[in-house]
Amino acid sequence: MLSIKNLTVSVNDKQILKGINLEIKAGEIHAIMGPNGSGKSTLSHILSGKSGYEVTGGSVTYQGKDLLEMPPEIRSREGVFLAFQYPVEIPGVSNIYLLKAALNAMRKHHGQPEVDAMDFLTLVKHKVKLLEMDEKFLYRAVNEGFSGGEKKRNEILQMAILEPKLCILDETDSGLDIDALKIVSEGVNSLRSPERSFVMVTHYQRLLDYIKPDFVHVLAHGQIVKSGGAELALELEEKGYSWLEDLAVAQ
Amino acid sequence: MSSINAVTASRYAADYPSLKARLPGQGLAWLEHLRTEAFNTFSQHGFPSPREEEWRYTNVSAIEKKLFTPSLTITANAVSQDDLSAYQLQDTWSVVLVDGHFSAADSLLAGLPATVIVMSMAEALVTQADLVERHLGQAVHHDEHSFIAFNSAWFTDGVFIHIPAKQLLAKPIQILHLVTQADVLATTRNVVIVDELAEATLIETFAATGESLAYLSAAVTEVFIAQNAQLTGYKLQSESDKAYHFCGTYVKQARDARFTQHNFEFGGLLARNDTHTDLNQAAECTLNGLYSGINRQHIDNHTRINHLQPHAISRELYKGILDDRARGVFQGRVIVAEQAQKTDSQMNNRNLLLSNDAEVDTKPQLEIYADDVKCAHGMTVGQLDEKSVFYLQSRGVDNDTARNMLTFAFANEMVDKITVRSLHDQVLEHVLSRFPQEGVNKEWL
Ligand SMILES: Nc1ncnc2c1ncn2[C@@H]1O[C@H](COP(=O)(O)OP(=O)(O)O)[C@@H](O)[C@H]1O
Ligand SMILES: [Mg+2]
Repeated sequence: MLSIKNLTVSVNDKQILKGINLEIKAGEIHAIMGPNGSGKSTLSHILSGKSGYEVTGGSVTYQGKDLLEMPPEIRSREGVFLAFQYPVEIPGVSNIYLLKAALNAMRKHHGQPEVDAMDFLTLVKHKVKLLEMDEKFLYRAVNEGFSGGEKKRNEILQMAILEPKLCILDETDSGLDIDALKIVSEGVNSLRSPERSFVMVTHYQRLLDYIKPDFVHVLAHGQIVKSGGAELALELEEKGYSWLEDLAVAQ
Repeated sequence: MSSINAVTASRYAADYPSLKARLPGQGLAWLEHLRTEAFNTFSQHGFPSPREEEWRYTNVSAIEKKLFTPSLTITANAVSQDDLSAYQLQDTWSVVLVDGHFSAADSLLAGLPATVIVMSMAEALVTQADLVERHLGQAVHHDEHSFIAFNSAWFTDGVFIHIPAKQLLAKPIQILHLVTQADVLATTRNVVIVDELAEATLIETFAATGESLAYLSAAVTEVFIAQNAQLTGYKLQSESDKAYHFCGTYVKQARDARFTQHNFEFGGLLARNDTHTDLNQAAECTLNGLYSGINRQHIDNHTRINHLQPHAISRELYKGILDDRARGVFQGRVIVAEQAQKTDSQMNNRNLLLSNDAEVDTKPQLEIYADDVKCAHGMTVGQLDEKSVFYLQSRGVDNDTARNMLTFAFANEMVDKITVRSLHDQVLEHVLSRFPQEGVNKEWL
């Protein structure tokens, strides 16, 4: 589904990603862990098409196409979804308006007609219930005045409605209490399917108790310094990151 | 004083003696005195000059080129049903002022509780003279600036509203200011009294019946909100694109009184709005504003919040969207008196410039004489937030649509605050008709 080859990225001439290699097949869950500032969000942003970064080398292929060539909205319509670490507040645009605009943009891209108003409402209400959100949230402005946990849950709501193929979750678990974490995890788990892949960027091993990854990668100083199975996360929890950071410096 | 202004003032002043005898309130000594003083002040100073700090960015000298003259009587059938229904809100009690005069035929006052007074100022000066005397000129003095003096001397009519204590009104009251003729001077004085524990909603709408009429509209509204009472005010300014609009709302809030104003400024070639409020102990005010200018419009908003006593709260958010060669001005003053400890004040002015030729001058002024206060202010002028554009794109919305959505959203944040349904829809229409809205789907709102 996604193939990242030797990707190097700079911001203002400062190299942040220093040769990332990652292969993700359909249906897999990959966790990317690493200390603050290691480049996790940069990688997430690059995959979703945020401007302000310079790709200085390497390639990203998504479903056989050059992902880096696509404008952000096309990536989204083709099934790439980023749940932001810091979702923005958009006063004046209601949640339900954005959901409708997003879903219809995707449908149009795939040659489908606009979603029927009643079907849409039924779908949205079902997903809202799944994430144990209050329906009132739908009519509030996007993320405006939401708590940190509410914003994260709102990201997952959008994901649940758009049903993307590649879901990138950038520290969705940070700032969530245990109850919210369980709800969000259930939301994610309900989306698991053989056609859908996940990249779970996280700082804490705790998330992986609820969403079991197939692979764990450790990112330090812009490089993947170690990859392994779910057990690697436990090792990290025990030993911390410093021994791996030393590894990155050595490389 | 500028000699040009003095000359103009004298052109207007020359007309005054013949006019004076025909203005309402004849025979009231206090009013005679007030009008004479105001006339003298105006004759001396003329219209405000850009040399005055409060008029620095707004040059009103264009008014000199024309001599706007007051209409002394109401023209029968001046307003067609179509004209009326464009602006009259059906879910309100609506008082209509046509060219500066109360029009009973156009007003909708059936079902108003008997204890509530809503009548023309001309009539109030006859039947409620004592009550009017105790209030008119008490929330703003004609020394404030010469438009106040001008209004005090010249006003031809207006609306008088008295809500008795504990009265909760089931519907809003609308004052609909309509102008039907070119070159007319529509100058009205309104007084609104909300007694203890009463709650009311007031909507002021300014519009013209003909497109591109040039006229001068100069209205002053004085508002008195007694202890623990509440007034929610809306203003929709949709004057013709050649009109000059001057409007001032001056509020006195007693202890625990609450005042909210949502001010929407769309019309006029040159528009100036002043909203001032005096806050007594623990009073609260919220001033929200949206100004949207296109072509060569000039829209100036002035607010002044006087924290006079402790524990009062003020919240202010004014937003401007300027396109083409339009110019916006925001001057927001917050004055915290020495004894007004524990004042809690926030002021914000955000501006979106949609063209390189659009311009905005924003000037916050905080004057704080107390030491234990919480005062914050923020001003921004700029383009759309790129983080928000990207967020929408990451959800599949293309760049152009994202930009339209965000421009609309910038305005819609203010529209969303309107809780009167009919007014909400009317203001929304104004916003939608202003900017390219490809990508903003009205049916989804
Ligand atoms: N726009 C930017 N300008 C300059 N430096 C940046 C920018 N974005 C990220 N960085 C730097 O890149 C590094 C990686 O940041 P980030 O990807 O946010 O890390 P993480 O998400 O792993 O905490 C940090 O050192 C950060 O300071
Ligand atoms: Mg990050």
